[in-house]
Amino acid sequence: MKLKGRVWVFGDEINTDLIFPHSAFRVSPEEQVKLVFSDNRPGWSSLVKPGDILIAGKNFGTGSSRPGAVLLRRLGLACMVADSINGLFYRNAISYGFPALQCPGVSKMFEEGDIAEINMLEGTVTNLRTGETRTGNKLSKLMVDILLAGGIEELLIQEGYMD
Amino acid sequence: MGMTMSEKILARHAGVPAVSAGDILTCRVDVAVCHDMFFTVAGQIDFERINRIADPDRCVVLLDHAVPAPTAKDALGAVKARAFVKKHGIKNFYDVGEHAVIHQLLVEEGFAAPGRLIAAGDSHTCAAGAMNAAARGFGPAEMVYIWCKGETWYQVSPTILYNLHGSFPSRAVTGKDLFLYIAGVYGDATNMNVEFGGEGVGNMTIPQRQSVATMCAEINAEFAIFPCDSVLREFLEERGDQEVDAVDPDPDAVYYAIRDIDLSSLTPYVALPHYIPNNCCPVADVAGTEVHQVLVGSCSNGRLEDIALVASIVKGKRVARGVRFIVTPASQKIYLEALKAGYLETLVEAGAVVTNATCGACYGGHMGLLGPGERCLSTTTRNFKARMGDAESEVMLCSPATAAASALTGRITDPREFLEG
Ligand code: SF4
Repeated sequence: MKLKGRVWVFGDEINTDLIFPHSAFRVSPEEQVKLVFSDNRPGWSSLVKPGDILIAGKNFGTGSSRPGAVLLRRLGLACMVADSINGLFYRNAISYGFPALQCPGVSKMFEEGDIAEINMLEGTVTNLRTGETRTGNKLSKLMVDILLAGGIEELLIQEGYMD
Repeated sequence: MGMTMSEKILARHAGVPAVSAGDILTCRVDVAVCHDMFFTVAGQIDFERINRIADPDRCVVLLDHAVPAPTAKDALGAVKARAFVKKHGIKNFYDVGEHAVIHQLLVEEGFAAPGRLIAAGDSHTCAAGAMNAAARGFGPAEMVYIWCKGETWYQVSPTILYNLHGSFPSRAVTGKDLFLYIAGVYGDATNMNVEFGGEGVGNMTIPQRQSVATMCAEINAEFAIFPCDSVLREFLEERGDQEVDAVDPDPDAVYYAIRDIDLSSLTPYVALPHYIPNNCCPVADVAGTEVHQVLVGSCSNGRLEDIALVASIVKGKRVARGVRFIVTPASQKIYLEALKAGYLETLVEAGAVVTNATCGACYGGHMGLLGPGERCLSTTTRNFKARMGDAESEVMLCSPATAAASALTGRITDPREFLEG
């Protein structure tokens, strides 16, 4: 699972209510993605191109169980890497087939617009502009299986629990 | 090697004799719970396509976040929830009229019990740790997985032990202050469990423990577990629990850190806007800050003893002009008890708005949202930017006593001024 894309850089403590604001609760999935980061970075969602990569600081996704990862995936982001990721967000990311990697120090490696190359299975992150590489946490086999299936919904359909 | 309470519950549910930090396990889940937002918010998972669930009797569905429905979209979510429980034969369904905020409901109805492994589609699920249970939140996709399979995976996390000593110095200092002190001084516990021990636990009421356990979601704890001591056993007896399957930590359990706190040294504490870890301070440091709304409620502090304390502070006084003072009980049961005890009358006489029992403004759902430039001092759980309304509003968090005192003055006020001894 090798991914290459243009980087967007966010800071520390980016919480679920910024990713998936309450204003997105009562609208359609198409409208939901337009509201991602509308309170802290208005207009950002319309700038994202398919394959872009999100880089963030510590404790990304702190907060609620609302699945922000599914909106980031639907927006077209290829994956995300952060210095650290909140446990519940991390589970949500894997469950929704959105690759997420914890790699301490990654937030200092990039400027916005750099190109990142990420190997999810090896846990490596490279900045193609500077040549710097870091290694983060590898995904366990279970998580790789869920990701490769495309998320839990796909897995449950394959196993006959969902139509 | 000894085990912590978290490790014992996970080992028991994985069917293995011992586990330690780092292990990945598949565990049988005792209770799996979803609230109305699972059904209301579009695009999370296609739950209507589920064709079989493992055990309907281990599932709970309830309406709490937006009740009675404030919008047609919320009403539609409730319609879908009712159809879902009917289709799958889920008897544990709590509709409007028998509603309570999820984490209070699990305690009132006996689902949260010692030694259990509990899963719910809500981040504050660690609240059930007050009942000596291992409980955590999951997203909607994983909740469906658990409903379908009756189990899911867990990674065993390292555990921080807080050893509590002594007792709170006065009625003006309670569980919320303890939590805000912990979060302010020690910061977050990302990817770790938090457990409590020490003789000081015995001096904390069950609602105080619920408040602390709930709030541990804000320091990103996985589980937050209190021991099953005589206070909890008495509570369980009153609730009518027949059996108690409690877990104790082993004396040689391995901890990531052990921290001692003397409850008698604590003072009223607040969380400053936008996040909690390392962002809290004594009330005295921000006393005098103007507030436009004061809110008492939520799974953290909407319980009878919270409302009783607030009523005792505002009795015979008036809420400051220009302050909206909202009190939201955490359950229908608490609402009724507060009504019978006369607390609600006292609150309304003082100028408070008492609302129906719901999550309501806590997550920005309804009743009591903020406009630009407004500041709310709240006993709820979360102070994220735009959590309770406009992106240019602020939420600061505190205990019920601090909220009540501040509602009377219109400024952040140390409750010790109103509660001697
Ligand atoms: S009261 Fe607030 S924190 Fe508690 S479950 Fe409801 S929205 Fe979540």
